[in-house]
Amino acid sequence: MTMPTTASGNRGLQLEQGLIFELNTPGMTAVDLPPAPKVAERLGGLKNTKAIGLPGLSEPDVVRHYTRLSQKNYSIDSGFYPLGSCTMKHNPRLNEKMARLPGFADIHPFQPLSTVQGALELIDTCAQWLKELTGMTAVAMSPAAGAHGELCGLMCIKSAHEANGQGHRKIVLVPESAHGTNPATAALCGYTVEAIPANAEGRVDVAALKAHLRPQDGKMEIAAVMITNPNTCGLFERDCIAIAEAVHAAGAYFYMDGANYNAIVARLRIADLGVDAMHINLHKTFSTPHGGGGPGAGPTVLSAKLAPFAPVPMVVTAGSGFDVEEHAGHGEARQSYGRMKGYHGQFGVFVRAVAYMMAMGVDGLKQASGDAVLNANYLLARLSAELTPAFDGPCMHEAVFDDRFLKGTGVSTLDIAKALIDEGVHPPTMYFPLVVHGALLMEPTETESKATLDQFVNSLLSLARKAKSGTAEAMFKASPQLAPRRRLDETKAARKPVLRWLPPAGNHEGNGDTKREAAE
Amino acid sequence: MRYLPLSESNRRDMLNVIGAGSVDELFRDLPKAALASARFTLPTTASEIEVERTLSTMAARNLNCGAAPSFLGAGNYRHHTPASMDYIIQRGEFLTAYTPYQPEISQGTLQAIFEFQTQVALITGMEIANASMYDGATACAEGVAMAARLTKRTSALVSGNVHPHYRDVTATCMKFLDVAVECLAPDPTGVEDLIGRISDEHACVVVQTPGFFGHLKDYTALAEACHAAGALLVVCVTEPVALGLITPPGHMGADIVVGEGQSLAGPMSFGGPGVGLFATREKFLRQMPGRLAGETTDEDGRRGWVLTLSTREQHIRREKATSNICTNSGLIALAFSTHMTLLGEAGFTRLAQLNHAMAVTLAERVEKLPGVKLLPNAFFNEFALRLPKPAAGVVEALAARKILGGVPASRFYPTYPELANVLLLTVTETNTAADIDALVAALKEVLS
Repeated sequence: MTMPTTASGNRGLQLEQGLIFELNTPGMTAVDLPPAPKVAERLGGLKNTKAIGLPGLSEPDVVRHYTRLSQKNYSIDSGFYPLGSCTMKHNPRLNEKMARLPGFADIHPFQPLSTVQGALELIDTCAQWLKELTGMTAVAMSPAAGAHGELCGLMCIKSAHEANGQGHRKIVLVPESAHGTNPATAALCGYTVEAIPANAEGRVDVAALKAHLRPQDGKMEIAAVMITNPNTCGLFERDCIAIAEAVHAAGAYFYMDGANYNAIVARLRIADLGVDAMHINLHKTFSTPHGGGGPGAGPTVLSAKLAPFAPVPMVVTAGSGFDVEEHAGHGEARQSYGRMKGYHGQFGVFVRAVAYMMAMGVDGLKQASGDAVLNANYLLARLSAELTPAFDGPCMHEAVFDDRFLKGTGVSTLDIAKALIDEGVHPPTMYFPLVVHGALLMEPTETESKATLDQFVNSLLSLARKAKSGTAEAMFKASPQLAPRRRLDETKAARKPVLRWLPPAGNHEGNGDTKREAAE
Repeated sequence: MRYLPLSESNRRDMLNVIGAGSVDELFRDLPKAALASARFTLPTTASEIEVERTLSTMAARNLNCGAAPSFLGAGNYRHHTPASMDYIIQRGEFLTAYTPYQPEISQGTLQAIFEFQTQVALITGMEIANASMYDGATACAEGVAMAARLTKRTSALVSGNVHPHYRDVTATCMKFLDVAVECLAPDPTGVEDLIGRISDEHACVVVQTPGFFGHLKDYTALAEACHAAGALLVVCVTEPVALGLITPPGHMGADIVVGEGQSLAGPMSFGGPGVGLFATREKFLRQMPGRLAGETTDEDGRRGWVLTLSTREQHIRREKATSNICTNSGLIALAFSTHMTLLGEAGFTRLAQLNHAMAVTLAERVEKLPGVKLLPNAFFNEFALRLPKPAAGVVEALAARKILGGVPASRFYPTYPELANVLLLTVTETNTAADIDALVAALKEVLS
């Protein structure tokens, strides 16, 4: 069967859609406004006299535009999304409804505090859940995402070292298998990074770590160790308590990257592992939506040693209500390193997370981590029939396979991923962690049924058999064939970047057009 | 639990396939002592109606801005958002998608980012823009860090008309990178001299338009002075609606424009999440932080979009990346972009004109009140007033009359007695003539 061609380029429900700039009807708008009162402008000669260059569309055309765009997206609402290390679980609509209550959505960050006591209570409620679940002393609520939470943790650590006369410590140890954000964060905090190798079973090589923790030329230069646990290979770092002890004995701090906290939530308290700081991705563990890239929130729990250095703002109790410490250097923020985010943090994300926590309850959260780990181990067990697991099980919330099963077939991990698109599932994370050759990292999450997992397993086993048959290489290289687009030329995109729309040559109206030459 | 689809019999069948006796057995790598000591004093599962009751009660303890005349700004603005905007961002295909790493099945998000990048470049008057940062304040810190990388210099000069949170976040982040941030004193009267302070050691000068105290200024001469000293001009925009009416930073010579898109992107939500805007010149592209969507073609030659130039980013470049940012503000950027698309050129400029006209209406009335001085000569929809008494008390007294009557400067600058009487007032299209009457009448009472 060959694909019929159509005059429109559309294929049934797959509808082509131009850019808004190509749908322009000059002067058209989808927003009618009341007339402005007649006044003498007070713009001090700074009125813009040039056209901006924005297109005009009517409301029906705008709604149709974005509806068509949305239909070119895969999403957790529409199907299985086992993207390892990303925790694509169901996002309850109750959370959206709660975040839109006027008392939460329509409040301003600088209203008198007497008029926003419910908002401060909401932040405090979220903080209390996080502290109770982790057993940690304090939580900094303002970090905007996971990487921002890492930065918060390392800033606390650097501040603590400086307060203790240990400001000369300039090195952070990070395992080779870490997310890229870990070394990038350490660099933003003014640290240099040394990599710790993994052992054959996919965990931190404790002997190598301890060797790094020895003083160099009589000086101790290690400020902190950042370890993701469960790690990016989907394994729990069994030796984490011994690691924490060794790190502390060296006068350094233990940062645990909480990207995978969803695997262990409500099962143990990370304070009992000797952790000094850990960020929690509310958009993973606590099910706030990823929104095509964000926003998230990365509150960072802190040990008693680091708590004094936490950033402002801090919600504090005051009599029967709440107050906010908004300035470093005062009250509970005496030793705070300062502010890292505007206003009160990702408040709308906190509302969604609290709605989820309340709905799940501590028993539901424990069941969730159990089902997440059960689902991952089920994939590991069933897929091992044809695929090659990178490590022995049991795994935690995600299972990683290497590409040994594809050896000699001419088919790559990328090809398998693209063929899965035609099977109607979002591919797993590819080529990460870096320590696994041709990695396929799968995180099913707890919100998938056994039937969904079985269908995915059948698809993937069938693809693996096809690859091994040696007769389907061309099909793999040509996939995906049934998606809104076939493989896109990423080299071309990077070599000659086109990062914005520009009007056709000859049309020189609008803010951007004079720059046409520069942008080409 | 309604969010968990596995039945008990599913679990048993799956454990059999795995060859494990229980789910707990799968957690055998966790330290036994930690498992044994784990006790949690937390509520158990709750039905939807119970959660809704609890949270609605909590929300009702806040005075929402729709329930009282509200004149709050200072970086966060209440605007009307079209119903179709919120509908579009709640479509599951946008709401529940991840970062578009698989472009063949993410063209919707990618095209929307490309359109967003173009819109941000157009309104700021810049050549290129990225896919978003966390918020305006963190975008400002990233802008200064980028200027330091580009110029290989280690100090920055920040105007007293920059939002104090932008200034504080920048100072915090730069402290850890050993970049000295010289913050000028808050400048409610708009008289500071920046040009005279620029040295050839500055990586950049940071200003804001409209300024924190409302001033509109022409930064063309400042940009020239920066460039003469080998420094870059970073311009912050906390109220992008202004760009529908005023000269954009790019036309004044800005090198980097950072800002907050919240005012066009939906509810204030107590200040977050917002969306950081980041625009610059094409020649600085390789030092830009954050994701970028770029145009390309697929194997059939059809136009499409991908994430591109990721060799700047943490997942490829690790400690040598331009930033550690991963998750950004994708959905809020989509809200911003959708609203801009709904407005179009005509709607955007009319919205800006309406905001300004409403603000002038209020300014003309309050500047006639005895003892009150309007501080900026030129402003957009927000201005600072010097009152005859401390602004914090005035705001409390107005709140007692169920009017959210502006933001006192002392909220940001508690240690500056000269700012105690300074009040920031904002007027937008959400305010009615009756709101303005109510505020003026209440101010008369409170100030007398």
